[in-house]
Amino acid sequence: MVVLDVSNIEEKYQAVNGEITALKEISFRVEKGEFVSIVGPSGCGKSTLLSIIAGLMKPTSGEVFVNGEKIKGISNHIGYMLQKDNLLEWRTIYSNVMLGLEIQNNLTPENIERVIQLLKTYELYEFKDKYPSQLSGGMRQRVALIRTLAINPDILLLDEAFSALDYQTRLTVTNDVYKILKQEQVTTIMVTHDIPEGISMADKVIILSQRPAVIKEILTIDFEDENRTPLNCRKNPKFSKYFDYIWKELSSDG
Amino acid sequence: MDNKQLSKERVIYLKKEKRRKRMILIWQVGILVCFIAIWEISALLGLIDSFILSQPSRIWNTCINMAQNDLLVHIGVTVYETLVGFTLGVITGTVLAIILWWSRFISKVSEPYLVVLNSLPKIALGPVIIIIVGAGTEAIIFMALAISLIVTVLEMLNGFQNTDKEYIKMATTFGATKMQIFKKIVFPYNITTLFNSLKINIGLSLVGVIAGEFLVSKAGLGYLIVYGGQVFQLDLVMASVIILAIVAAVMYEAVVLMQRLVMRWYGH
Repeated sequence: MVVLDVSNIEEKYQAVNGEITALKEISFRVEKGEFVSIVGPSGCGKSTLLSIIAGLMKPTSGEVFVNGEKIKGISNHIGYMLQKDNLLEWRTIYSNVMLGLEIQNNLTPENIERVIQLLKTYELYEFKDKYPSQLSGGMRQRVALIRTLAINPDILLLDEAFSALDYQTRLTVTNDVYKILKQEQVTTIMVTHDIPEGISMADKVIILSQRPAVIKEILTIDFEDENRTPLNCRKNPKFSKYFDYIWKELSSDG
Repeated sequence: MDNKQLSKERVIYLKKEKRRKRMILIWQVGILVCFIAIWEISALLGLIDSFILSQPSRIWNTCINMAQNDLLVHIGVTVYETLVGFTLGVITGTVLAIILWWSRFISKVSEPYLVVLNSLPKIALGPVIIIIVGAGTEAIIFMALAISLIVTVLEMLNGFQNTDKEYIKMATTFGATKMQIFKKIVFPYNITTLFNSLKINIGLSLVGVIAGEFLVSKAGLGYLIVYGGQVFQLDLVMASVIILAIVAAVMYEAVVLMQRLVMRWYGH
């Protein structure tokens, strides 16, 4: 089942000294439960693409469909996670994860129960009355993820969501997050500049070119491993092959 | 932490810390005591003219004397005027800041006016205020308001506009309305800004009130100071100034206490 259908997106910026084409002819589809990474040279418009899918920005032309429904603005079907966890320091963990539901006036008993279950499953329930400053960076990022999943989105967008963490925390957090996403069967699109991170979590990697960015290739990642995790697949012999391939693709246009 | 088994180094460190704090306090009190003593002695020895510069013992006697008469009334009047001016300034200022935050257009249009009004010494408006609202308590409160209002607007607006953009983006991705962004992100984010502006404002309002009382009044500490000056009773002037300093400090500390309570409630 196709959850996300991105069709022929083009984005032009208007600036005082001219027009910049950021994205051109971007089309792809994402199936339910898939994890798609988007990699590309810095400044190529990866985050712009994510903002368009999220409905934060209107594309110059082209359309985005979620479950067959055209995206016209911010929708409750999409969860968006930024680089910083942005936990509100004056709220407890519990009241932080409820923020999305609160904003959408959706604090129904079922939703609250679901979020509490998420907190319990991912070992954050005992910290529910603590404040963000009392938690480690990795835990904070997990809280931010649960805050995003609380609104039960059809698609989760990760915008460099782990790059603010130190390397070691990052490896553990990506592992934890991957587990959560697979268990909850969340369709995810992640933008990253970190190629290994992109490969380690993805079912598909979309490689963008330099500006104006077009899709160079959509690479299917398959480690032929039932118990794949972002950590153990890094040791898989195919990992370095994928890496070399993407590296070459990214460097080839100079 | 195991407090029973403190190491030798720890005990020495704690002792040193304690001694350092005590020394600071001793010096703080000592300077005041020396100052008063030197003042009193020089007045007794006739080194300074106690008719012009007054003298601690005479100030003390004046205070006692005033306390038996209508000192509390004067303090009450000044405090009342300050608190009314302060509250009005904070509320109006915050509301105006919210409007300016809400509309970039209005904020851009009003920018030059705010800059000019901010640099204008508001006391210069005194005669105008008296003519418009009449020579009474209203004029004094208005003066306090005039002095604190623009500062509040600028301070709060600056805080609102400098709210972490990432927080706002996060709320936007959940589909938050501008009202929700203000209530859930921008305002709580600026609680500290609000209290900083309260701390500045309580002082500014008092400046406005005293200036107002200099111009028009029949009671209040500012009135006592002007009256004392006019009848050449410097003891009364000095006593009033000292009482005013105490009143100002108490009001400031009240704001600090309030901040502590609110912050605890807000989980900072």
